[in-house]
Parts: sequence; structure tokens; C-alpha cells
Amino acid sequence: MRRSRHRVKSGRRKRTVRLVDLAHARSGDKGDTANVGLIARHAADYPVLVRHVTAARVARHFKGMIAGPVERFELPNLRALNFLLHGALDGGGTISLKTDAQGKVFSTALLRMEIEVDR
Amino acid sequence: MSRAIRIAAGQGFWGDWLEAPWRQVTGGPIDYLMMDYLAEVTMSIMQKQKSRDPLLGYAKDFVPLMERLLPELVRRRVKVTTNAGGVNPRACAEAIAQVARRLGLAGKLKIGVVSGDDLLGRVDQLLAAGHALANLDTGRPLRDVRDRLQSVNAYLGAAPIVAALGRGADIVITGRVTDTGLTLGPLMHEFGWAADAWDLLAAGTVAGHTIECGAQCSGGNCLVDWQRIPDLANVGYPIVEAYADGTFEITKHAGTGGRVSVAGVTEQLVYEMGDPRSYITPDGVADFTTIELRQRGKDRVRFSGIRGRPATGSLKVSAAYSYGFKAVGTLVYAWPDALQKARAADRVLRQRLADLGLEFETILTEFVGVDATHGPLALRELQQRDVPEVQLRVGVRSPQRDPVERFTREIAPLILNGPPSVTGFAGGRPKPEEIVAYWPALLDKTEVQACVDLVTV
Repeated sequence: MRRSRHRVKSGRRKRTVRLVDLAHARSGDKGDTANVGLIARHAADYPVLVRHVTAARVARHFKGMIAGPVERFELPNLRALNFLLHGALDGGGTISLKTDAQGKVFSTALLRMEIEVDR
Repeated sequence: MSRAIRIAAGQGFWGDWLEAPWRQVTGGPIDYLMMDYLAEVTMSIMQKQKSRDPLLGYAKDFVPLMERLLPELVRRRVKVTTNAGGVNPRACAEAIAQVARRLGLAGKLKIGVVSGDDLLGRVDQLLAAGHALANLDTGRPLRDVRDRLQSVNAYLGAAPIVAALGRGADIVITGRVTDTGLTLGPLMHEFGWAADAWDLLAAGTVAGHTIECGAQCSGGNCLVDWQRIPDLANVGYPIVEAYADGTFEITKHAGTGGRVSVAGVTEQLVYEMGDPRSYITPDGVADFTTIELRQRGKDRVRFSGIRGRPATGSLKVSAAYSYGFKAVGTLVYAWPDALQKARAADRVLRQRLADLGLEFETILTEFVGVDATHGPLALRELQQRDVPEVQLRVGVRSPQRDPVERFTREIAPLILNGPPSVTGFAGGRPKPEEIVAYWPALLDKTEVQACVDLVTV
């Protein structure tokens, strides 16, 4: 439904891509906050990430997995975006009961996200 | 251009690959071996060891490691910077001096000792003087956990390392010095960088951040193109080749495995990052949005353009306090209906805990193989019928030990009195574990005086 509406509105064909095909990533922790650095594989894809992978979109993606807000920072020099996911780690560090207490694989969890880009 | 200074990373954390420092020292020319040992709660473990034995409280396995390395370090004139000293850098230095004498190196080594970071004995005085040491994440004042404190340390910067090297130290053993200070210190010493040369200090800080996690910038834990990273069994740990103008290259010894690429180095740069414009250290503030990277040949990435800003008036303090107890129990359920069986077992377990009247701050259930790493994102795409096995993993946390202890006795009974096709309990009953939690805070710089001593061998 959403896809066809896009098509009518812009008059251009869209396609769905997964972030794993456009980017790589690494994640880590600071207390109860996980950070995910999302890095475009090709320079041409960095503006695509900036446009589509907004803080709000990432917050929706991780709904149910994080308790706090999402912040985004831009690093055009490294064609990277840095996301802070607050309240992601069940207290973090030694407090956390999670397998991924240090947020090491939030990176690939973000790469599951699908975005719609111009064909 | 002046001579390059080569700083090699030998340990990315306490417990990293024991072969790495040896390979860094013997695999080619280097000037410094940098070894980071301290994670956020490591200090509390060391504080406990010191309270049992006043000669302990540092990374004990640093001593046998140095026993192996010392003759080579002396022969090749390689210096060492490390925070292996933990809460007792003096005792660590004495232990190394003893080993050096035994190896016949008397008169050939000076060991610098950096202390002054340990604030545990001064906490009441600081609180009384109006320093709240409020938790940076929650805002709570430190006095709320005063009677449960196990360690309190300020993060020192590069300055005391520069002082120790200036006094002729060959090995600098520190307490809680920042990971990046262990790399920046040698660069400030060698190039005579001033304490307010903010761009240069930022460059040295970025160099330190890049190599502080060891092989994580040279092919280890690297996602991009990971299947084509060669020979990880023989992975080369990173080396900074730095110049006086603040430019540097990251590389590794010839003939080693792994890979140093712009993409791989970028993964390390964004690791554990907050606001990239403000990477704050005691030495200054580095702006990661100014870093320019270029591949300069195989396994060689050049850094330039790095800008910095003046240091803040505060030091970060990391305290550790006793938070409570936790335990994690696991069981494995097999096909058919593996996930359904694990879910049923979780429901049974939770009902029994409730019926016993046990109260927990948190009960967390994960189904390993299904949702432990990617949560509902993975579950959505899973063909649940085909899951061959699932590990049920249930964790509990409480301020009290008793309910956690009782929980550990509720896992094994499920083997015979819960859902079927269950195995994987060979590890026995889980053990309750004390939670020592981390408390980040800020303190005025003027309250902390770093101290530098020399131990002659």
C-alpha cells in the first residue's frame, strides 16, 4: 500500500533495500546506552542513509527493544551515522541480564532495517 | 619530515591474546608497546584483591608476560606504557623490578609509576566539600551508595605519563589512566607537543582510540567483507606510525594476518562513540568529524586533518558499588516444537517463582537461537516450525541474595517435571553472583593530583 502511494506521489519507481546491502556497522555500550555506528559501503549511499535512516525511523525499528529515546549524529567525513539507543541494555554492564549486555550486536540488528529508495 | 614514532598495541583488555605483545615486540621495529588492561569495573575486582593482600590489586598476569618480554624489550630498546597497575601500580612496578633483577637486567631499566587516581580514601572528604559526584546517567548523588562503594577512581590523562618518560622511565605502569592517554603520552613526550596544542592532542587521542581495542581495528570483529579477511589465526595487532605534525598511519607488521582498511578502521572509530564532535578526555576534546582517512597501500591507512578543542575543567570519575545479586539459568529444548516447549517451561518457572512469593527487580527470559540477540526483529522472520533447538535462558536480579539463591534451585527440576525434550544442563545449578555496578561521575580537575615515582631496577 505504502509503496504504491509513493509511486503515485513521486512518479518514480521505488525499490526496497535492506541496510545490510548498503552499509556495515559496529556497536558498543556506554552504561545502559548502546551505540550503533552505521557506515555506507559506497560514498554514493551515504546521502541515502542520511535521508532514510532517521532517529525516528530507528526508534520505530527497535520498538520493544529499547526503553529510551534515539539520538543521531552525522559523520560525513567517515560516511557514517552514529546512533545512541538509550535504555537498550537492561541497565547495562554488570547489572544487565541480557546475553548482549554490552550491545555488541545491535549493529547487525540495525542492518535488518528495510528502506525504500529510488530505483 | 621528522622520524615516525611507532606505537604498537599489545592488549585491548585484561584477558586479550597473550601472544599479541610478544608478536608486536619481535615482529618488526617498534618504539613503544601500549597495553590497556582496565575496563570499567575492573578496578573493583582489583580493590577486593588488594583488601585481601596489600601487595595485590593489579593485573597479575602482566608479571609473567613481562618476564617473557623484558629481555627483548631491553635488547630492542622498546618502551612500555600500560595501565596494568590497577589500584596498586607501585606493587605492580615492584613485582616487575623483581623479575627484571632475576633476569639479570639490574641497572638496565627504570620503571615509572603513575598514581593519584585512587579516590576511595578521600570520598568522605570530597562529599563533605560539596562534590556530589552525581551519577552521569541517573543524576543520583554518590552519597546514596556511600556505604556500598568498592572503588572510586579518577581517569588521569597523558600528562603524568609524559612526566614519567621525561624522567627516563622505560616502562610506565599506571593506575586508572585513560586508554587513549597510554598512546598520547609517548607522542607528547617524543614530539614535545604542548599541553595546549589542541589539534595535536586530538590527533594523538584519535590514534589511541583507534588502537586501544587491539585487533578490533586490524581485522578482528570486523563486519565489512569479513569472509575475505585473511589469516585471522595469525592476526596482526595495530601499530600507529605517528609524525610530529599530528598525521599518522595505522598499519601492522608484515607477514601477519588480518587487514587494515579504511572501512575496517572506520568501524573501530565509531565503536563506543557518543557525540562525535566531542570525544572528551582529560587531555582535550577531539572532533571525530574532522578525521580524514586514506588508504595508503596494503594494510596502511593514513589519518589527517584532525581538530581538537581545549580540555574541560573536569575529570571523569568511575566508582564501583555493590548493587545486588543475579543468576542466569539455561536449559536446551529440542525439535519438534522446540520454541513452544521453551516458552512453556518459562511460564512454568515464572509461576513457581511467583507461588514461592519470590520478588525480583527483573526476570529476563531469552530464547537463544531465536531472539537473544535481535529480539522481535528476528522472531518476525523465523520459520518457527523448523527451529532445531532453543536454549531457554532465564536471568533474575535482586538487591537481596536469598531470592536469587532460591531461583537457582528451580531450574533443574524442570528437567523431569516440565515440558519434554530437554537437555543441556550439564553445567549444574547456576551460581548467584554479586553485581558490582559502575557509577560514572565528574570531578573538578583541581581536586586530583597525579603522582609520578620512579622504581630503579
